[in-house]
Formats: sequence, C-alpha cells, structure tokens
Amino acid sequence: MKIDHTVPMEYSTEENKMKILGFWIFLGAEIALFSTLFAVYFTLQSNTKVGPSATDLFHLSPVMIETILLLTSSFTIGLGIHAMRLGLKKPMMTFFGITLLLGAGFLGVEVYEFVTYISEGATIQTSGFLSALFTLLGTHGLHVTFGLLWGGAIVAQVAKRGFTPETSNKAFIFSLYWHFLDVVWIFIFSFVYLKGLMG
Amino acid sequence: MKKKRAAFLLFAVTSILLAGCDNPLLIFDPKGPQAETISSTILFSIAMMAGILLVVYVLYTVVLLKYRASKQDESYEPPHEEGNKWLELIWTAIPVVIVIILSVVTVTSTSSVEQKSTVYADQKPLVIYASSSNWKWHFSYPEEGIETVNYVNFPANRPIEFRLYSYGPITSFWIPQLAGQKYAMSDMVTKINMSANVPGSFMGKNSNFSGEGFAKMEFEAQALTDADYKEWVRDVKATAPALTESEFDSLLKAEHVGRKTYSSNHLSFRPAPEGKNSGHHHGSMDDEGDMDMDMDMDMDMEGQHDGH
Amino acid sequence: MKWDEFFVTGEPMIYAAMVSIVVVSLAIPIALTYFKKWNWLWTNWLTTVDHKKIGVMYILAALLMLFRGGVDALLMRAQTAVPDNGLLDGQHYNEIFTTHGVIMILFMAMPFIIGLMNVVIPLQIGARDVAFPRLNAVSFWLFFAGAMLFNISFVIGGSPDAGWSAYFPLASIEFSPTVGNNYYAIALQIAGIGTLLTGINFLVTILKMRAPGMTLMKMPMFTWSVLITNVIIVFAFPVLTVALALMTLDRQFGTQFFAMQSGGMDMLWANLFWVWGHPEVYIVVLPAFGIYSEIIATFARKNLYGYKSMVVSMVAISLLSFVVWAHHFYTMGHGVMVNSVFSITTMAIAVPTGVKIFNWLFTLRKGKISFTTPMLYSLAFIPIFTIGGVTGVMLAMASADYQYHNTMFLVAHFHYVLIPGTVFAVIAGFHFWFPKVFGFRLNEKLGKLAFWFIIVSFNVTFFPLFILGLNGMTRRMYTYSASTGYGALNMLSMVGAVGLAIGFIILVYNIYWSVRYSPRDTNGDPWDGRSLEWSTHSPVPEYNFAVIPQVNRLDAYWFAKKEGKPLADTVYEPIHMPNNSGLPVIMGALFFFWGFFMVFSWWIPAILSFAVIIALMAYRSFEKDHGHYISVEEIERTENAYRGEQHEN
Repeated sequence: MKIDHTVPMEYSTEENKMKILGFWIFLGAEIALFSTLFAVYFTLQSNTKVGPSATDLFHLSPVMIETILLLTSSFTIGLGIHAMRLGLKKPMMTFFGITLLLGAGFLGVEVYEFVTYISEGATIQTSGFLSALFTLLGTHGLHVTFGLLWGGAIVAQVAKRGFTPETSNKAFIFSLYWHFLDVVWIFIFSFVYLKGLMG
Repeated sequence: MKKKRAAFLLFAVTSILLAGCDNPLLIFDPKGPQAETISSTILFSIAMMAGILLVVYVLYTVVLLKYRASKQDESYEPPHEEGNKWLELIWTAIPVVIVIILSVVTVTSTSSVEQKSTVYADQKPLVIYASSSNWKWHFSYPEEGIETVNYVNFPANRPIEFRLYSYGPITSFWIPQLAGQKYAMSDMVTKINMSANVPGSFMGKNSNFSGEGFAKMEFEAQALTDADYKEWVRDVKATAPALTESEFDSLLKAEHVGRKTYSSNHLSFRPAPEGKNSGHHHGSMDDEGDMDMDMDMDMDMEGQHDGH
Repeated sequence: MKWDEFFVTGEPMIYAAMVSIVVVSLAIPIALTYFKKWNWLWTNWLTTVDHKKIGVMYILAALLMLFRGGVDALLMRAQTAVPDNGLLDGQHYNEIFTTHGVIMILFMAMPFIIGLMNVVIPLQIGARDVAFPRLNAVSFWLFFAGAMLFNISFVIGGSPDAGWSAYFPLASIEFSPTVGNNYYAIALQIAGIGTLLTGINFLVTILKMRAPGMTLMKMPMFTWSVLITNVIIVFAFPVLTVALALMTLDRQFGTQFFAMQSGGMDMLWANLFWVWGHPEVYIVVLPAFGIYSEIIATFARKNLYGYKSMVVSMVAISLLSFVVWAHHFYTMGHGVMVNSVFSITTMAIAVPTGVKIFNWLFTLRKGKISFTTPMLYSLAFIPIFTIGGVTGVMLAMASADYQYHNTMFLVAHFHYVLIPGTVFAVIAGFHFWFPKVFGFRLNEKLGKLAFWFIIVSFNVTFFPLFILGLNGMTRRMYTYSASTGYGALNMLSMVGAVGLAIGFIILVYNIYWSVRYSPRDTNGDPWDGRSLEWSTHSPVPEYNFAVIPQVNRLDAYWFAKKEGKPLADTVYEPIHMPNNSGLPVIMGALFFFWGFFMVFSWWIPAILSFAVIIALMAYRSFEKDHGHYISVEEIERTENAYRGEQHEN
C-alpha cells in the first residue's frame, strides 16, 4: 500500500481517494432520494383531508431546538476532523462524542415531536399530507439513527487503533455524511416547517 | 440476404399504408373529425418515417454490399477516419428539421383534437358522463336525465363531450373510429370531444388494464340520426325503470353486467368528481358530510389533489 | 394470510412448477455433495470478489431469467394465438404478463448488461479489478436475492398481477389484495439497491482506475457508454427506491400516498415510476450502443467514425432521458401545452440517436467487413432498431399517441427497441467476449444458425403487432372474440415466438457444444481486437494484467500490434489483490429472508433479520482485511504457463 504523506491522511492512499469519491457519488444518489421525497411532500402537502394541516400541527420551539442541535453537531464534527488532521486523538474523539450526543438529542426531540403529533390524532395513515410528512422526516431521522451507530463504531475504532489511513478515511467520510444530513435538515426546516408555519 | 430483408421490411411498412386502403385498419377508418385528424397525422408521420428508413436502408445496403471482406483485396487496409465535421453536422441538422416539422404537426393536431371540431362549431355539445366501475361503463345524460350501462347512443353530426371518471382503477375510454383515448380516474373528471360524421355503430372499450375482467370491458357506441336519437330518449323515459341509489350500488359492485337502461341517472345522488366534488380543491370541512357514504365505492368523493 | 393461501394452488402448471423447483433444489445439493464440489463452489464462486467471476454469475443468472421470462412470453402468445382461447384464465394471464415485464427488464436485461460491464470494463481500462470488489459482490448477491424472491412468488403466495408498471389504484391493497405486489415492491427494492451500488462502484472504477495515459477521450466507446449509464443509475434508481418504499407503506402500513380515500394521488405513482422508468430504458440501451460500437469497429477493421459526436450524443440522450417521462401518459388529460413539451423533448431524442446510426454506417463504409456471429447481431441491429426508433417518434406525437396508447402498436414498438437495442447487444457481446473469459470461441456455424432463427422469428413475432395495434387491439387482453379479426396475425406472432424459442435453444446448445469441442484459442486476441482487454491472456489471469499497460491513444492496443511495440514491459512487481469474502453471499441470503418476511408482514422475523444485517455491517466495519499480494515468482510462473501453452498448441 503506497501512502502519500503530502496530503491529509484520509486521502493518503489510492483506495482512500476512491472511497471518498465513491461516497460523494453516493451522496449524489442521496440527493436524488431526498429530492424525490420532497417532491412527494410538495405534491401532497395540501391534501390534508380530515386531518390537521401543517399550520395546525407545527410548533416552532421544538423545531428550533432540533435545528440548533443539528447545526451545532455539524460544527463540532468539523472541529473533530480538524483535530484529526492535527493528529490529536483525544480532542477528536471528544468532538465526535459531542457530535453524536447532539445527534441523539436531535433524535430525542424528533421522537417527542412525533409522539405529540400522534397524540393529536395526526398519524402516518391520516392523510396524504401526513403520510408524506412522516415519511420525509422519518427517512431523515433513520439516517441520523444509522449515523449514531456508524459514528459510534468509528469512535471505537479510533480509540482502539489510533489514526491510520483507514480510520481517518472512515472518520472523514462519516463527517461528509453528517454534514449532508445537516443540509437536508436545513431544507426540511425551511421548506417544510417555516413554510408550513406561515400557512 | 441483407438486401432481401431490407426490401421485405420496406414492403411491410408500405403494406400498412396499402392495407389502409382496401381493408381498412380501424385507426385508418375514421368516422369523426377528431379521428380523421389523428389518422391523417399518423399517415403523414408514417410517410416521413418511411423516408428516413429508406435513406438508412439504402446506405446500409450499399455499405454492406460494397465493403464486405470477401469482395476486397487481401491486402486492403481500411483507412483511419476520425469523422467529418460537415457530414456529422448534416445528419444532425436534417433530423432537427424533421423533428421541428413533426413538432408543429403534433402541437396543431393535439390542440385540434382536444377541442370541439370546427365543423360543428356552431352547435352546443351534448354532454355525456362516462364512468367505469369494475369492468363496465356507465353513461349518464345530464340533459336528458337518463342513464345506460355498457352502451351509449348519441346523435350523429353533433359535437359530443364525454366527461370521464372511474370508480376504482384507472381506465381509458376509447372509441377508435371517433377519437383517441383518455384516462378516466377516480379523483377528477377528464374530458374528451368527438362527433360522428355518419350514423353507425362503433366499438368502444377500456384500453387501460384494470384487473381481471379487463379484456371484456367493451361497449357499443351508436350514432343515431337526430330523429332516431330523440325517439330513443323519449322511449327510455317512458319505459325504462328509474335508477335508485341501491340499484346503482349493486351495479357498482357487480363485475360484469349486460346492457341496462334507466330513466334517471346517478349524478343526482352521486355527483361526478368535478367542481366542488373534485379532488382538486383545498380545505376539508365541506367533505365531512360525505364520510358516511359507501366506503368501498366513494373514492371519487374522497380523493383530493392539489391541482390548481 | 391464511395458511391455505400460502401456496398457490389449483393450476396444473403451478403444480408442475412446484415439482420442478423441489426437484432442482434437491438435485443441486445432492449433485454438489456427490461430486464433492461444495468446497469448490464456496471458494471459487460464492465468496469470490473477482469481477470476471461476478460477471459470469450475473450472465448465468440473466440467462436463467431469460428462459423464465421467455416461458412467460410463450404462454402469452399461446393464449392469444386463437380467439376465445381457454389455455389460461384472466388472472393467470395477468400474472404472467406482469412477471414477464419485470423479469425481462430488471432480472434479465439489467443483469446481462451489468454482467458484461463486470467482465469487460476493468479489462478495457487496464485495471486489476473494480474500485470496490467486495461491494461488487454485495451488489450481485442483492440482485440475486431480489430475483429469487420475485420468482418464488409464482408458487408461494401468488405473483403480482397489476402489470410491470403496477399503476395505482389497481396495485393498491384494495384492488390487488394478494401478496403479489408486496413481492414486487420488496424484490425490486433489494435488487435496486444492488444496482445503485453497482452504479457507484463503476463510476469510481472508470473515473479513478484507468491505465496511465488513458484520458477520458481515449476510452473505448463501451467504457464511455457504461460511464454515462452509471450516472443515470445513480440519479434514477433512488427515485425507484422511494416509489417502491411508498408502495410498501401504502399496501402494508396504511399510508395514503396513492390511494385516494384520504388525499393520495394515483397519478403520483405513475409519475414516480416513469421518472425512474424512462431513464431505465436508456440504462439498458446505452451500454448496448457501446457494445455495438466495439464490435462494428472490430469487424469493419476500422476505427469508430465520429468518436466525439458518439460521446456527445450519448450524453445528450442521458440528459433527455430525464425529461420525457410524461409521454407514458399523454392520455391522462393534462393540457395541450404539457403534452406538446413532452412530445418535443421525446422526439428530440431521435436526433442524437440518428447521429449514432449514421456514425455506425460510416464506420462500416470503407471498412473490411467480416460477418462473424457478434457482427451479424450488430448489423441486424441497425435496420431493426431503426424501425423501433421511427415508431418511437410516431408514438411521441401526443395526438397520434391517443390512438396508439395501450395498444399492440406500443408493444411492438418497445420490443423493436429493446430486443435489437438490448438483447441482440448482450448476445453479440456474449459471443464477442466469451473467448476472453473462457479461452475459446463459440461455434460460428451454430451461432449463425441461432442468429437467423432469432432475427427472422423476431420480425415474424413482433411486426404483426404493429398492424394489430392499428386495428385497435389493446395490450394485456387475455382473450378476444373471433369477430375482431385479430386471430390470423396473432397466430402468425405465435409461430414467430416458437421460432425465437428454437433460436435461443440453439444458442444455449452452442455453449454446451463449444465447451466440449471448440478448439482452444492460442492467444488472447481471437478477433484481432482494438482495446486493452485483448492485450492480456485468455482466460484472463486473476490479476488481469501482469504489468499495467501504458496508453497513448484510442485503440492503443490495435496500433501497438501494428507497430510491433508492446504496451507494457515485463518487469513484474508484486500485485495487491483483495481477499475473498463470505459476507456478501451471507448478506444476500439475509436480505432474501428479510424480504420474504416483509412480503408476508411477519414483522418479528423481519426485524430480527434486519438486525443481523446491521450487525454484519458492523462486523465488516471492524474487520481488518488488507488483501493479499501475488509474488513476482507466482506472476512469472503464471505468465510462463500461458506462454508455454501457446507454444504447445
């Protein structure tokens, strides 16, 4: 395995470069996936039928908390990658740990929100609007859940093996994934919640 | 061998055109202005396409005959050719021109068949609602207040506006000799214009696969003279039974039924999904009253699109 | 689900299918045990990450599916050969045309194309494998799991019966209450994820692993076509993923996406399906264009004419393929404006396609054409596909489509596009690259016999359908009455279908015959080829190239032969290769079981098998696997053995 020391470690082997490119392409596919879900949501958003509409359902405060948590986590994972590039193992793990905790917090608020919706009689089966809403939010939420498992595995590997071309590559790719989820959330926040709250 | 096959294919293509003359295929035997427009559009496009095929086939045959290895010198080495800017421009430009011509034809013919024919511009169209359920067609005449199942009579030489919807899967309403087809869906009404130039009986069917009994979902469309039509309506009103709600519900549930005739129609108690009853409107309050209807068959009422 | 509904009953044909499935699934393990082949199967095939072997497995599976789909087709043609036929009932016919469509497109055409990609692409770009060999194996096993899951629907629970396009509301739980469409949604989902991974894998492979000197514009045309195809895959398949997920949610979780009681939209499904579905057509057609380009250039002994415009036209086609989907439902009643726009974008595809046809013709011009079997298929493609193309333009005209829509004219059109456009291509590619993989050619005499059967029968089968369509015969009708006058042409079509079946049987017999009797090739270049795959030995060694070739132009190998300068020296270095792994096949099996439990809404086992899948991914993440090196001595040994063989023969 040839290691190129002139570039950051996560790019240092041919295999690492290919993995990063492959992951970018995967994110392209993810963009197509979320675009489709957004298209479905926009098509069905006013088909509320007997169920509540977006204005009835949404409240700003939990959504603001979710947004702050996720945006902050995107910042902390950036700090984590920075620490990794400086070869600082402990700070990197700390920042990744904070990121995952913030992600878990986001997920907690989202679950709370879902429970509130359902208790108000707004389930995934109620109307076209709610089916599309729950599916869009749920897909994002499942991505975050998967991210928690994945991120946890990476922290464990860094703890055990330190920074190697492999672990640093994994950590970097995970950070791309995490930033992507943040971007998707910004779209959800703007075009689902803010638009819905404005009615 | 290649030449023979090319010739055979050309022959086959032209034979469609010829078949149109002595033993007319349904599409090339139109009996109304909309179908006539489409038929001539298709014939025009076939002629253009035959021209393209001819060019390709001639080139193909020449090339294959002339440059086969068996006809060439053992020592012949094919030249290295990168391409030719001008030639490549030509075979890009000519198709572009063809596409432009066909686009113009498409746009004009599409807008013409979507409207009432200019031939009958001065007449008010007769509106008939055609709705499908399982594997049958219901025809409701709002003006005459009558309803038929699996056959439809209307006056010749008068524009007819069919308004289509479905109780269930998407179907496609098609009377090939009078006009092209259109989908009937459960949450909105689509419209199709046609008229018959001559009195006669025409085959009509659902062309969109809609489940088990689909193959037998045909109806007869009969264009009558004005006098015959009026007499038929009078006759129906005098002799046919009224269509009750329970009768209609049992009709909807049946898989196939024969022809039926009623002296009233279902529009009064089960209006078509248009206007206020369409899926295409916002808000939900005014629909709550409909919730206690037959849950199996009220899809037309409950669908809701963001259409406008 | 009641237990008496679990197995499909009541049809002699289904009992026969059950018996044959039981016999085959018993015979395979018994034979493997008897011949002591378990170990061989596991180490050489099931755990392989070698792109060539994965390609071979894809193609074998595709051939198997070709026969399943072909039997469906024969049954359909037999049922409609005479009016008022009672061979099949309506329900059974509906299941058969549904599975025919799904299998032929997703489990035959796609894997055949992907199989050829697997075999050829790394060789053609001078690489030792794909970018992610193990992911490649995962892709294959996901496809295979999806295909098997879809096929068992025939005997367990019932096949889908709402058409391959599965329009709602017909495909909803209300109108299709059997588990058939659950199978559709889940099996396609699993196979589709595999395809998406393939797309990513090959994009990285082509972008990152080309031999030194091979810039993008020096790539062989097949590689170009695969590059573009995989871009389409990456952007189109997520739409299918979403559509199928929504279908599962609607059918099994009571959501309201497509069912209209509570604000769903039936045409939303149609839109999503065709936003994926139309690019899908180009996913199977563009690589075919690439295959033809290679074969035509090789057997005309001339470089490809208009290389640049070939590339540009493929890029144009790929872009246009995303903006034409609504032409599948002009008749849903959107206005003249919308229909006109989609008519024009659709017809515009004819322009780049026409450019390609003329470029092929001009490649042939001034060439020195030899009529080998792969060349015959490629030459037959041009006139037949052109018919498919021009009828496509006719169908693109919205007004005219009001009369063609849902008729046999449409059926004839897409068979005239997909069979010459994909099936002939994969058969041609199969004959062309077969010697590369196995070291001997398929018999030319049998190959040509099969060719003539297939070509003539194809036209006899499908040309009459154009006429039937213009005479008002709709598709998907399981029967018709004698008074319609459709009988004679349908009978003719049936005769053609039998001829096609004979052609394909000869083709398969040719494989058997050639394995036994065909003379072995003495060098790796039986056709006097142009691109890099012909510069290495046949069968290709595990590491593909002992030394990675240096490329300085298009058709570098061709010019190297002419000038007598080798593309690579013979100074060997140790070669790094990936290790085999059992995880992909286990993953495939788990996905199969997960899918099966999902189909029947058995949530607990479904959740358990999904948890195992996640655990397996975690295991993989922690696993340390750095592959292995092939030593210089071993490379020398292998290379000498190849040369020795050449001297002996």
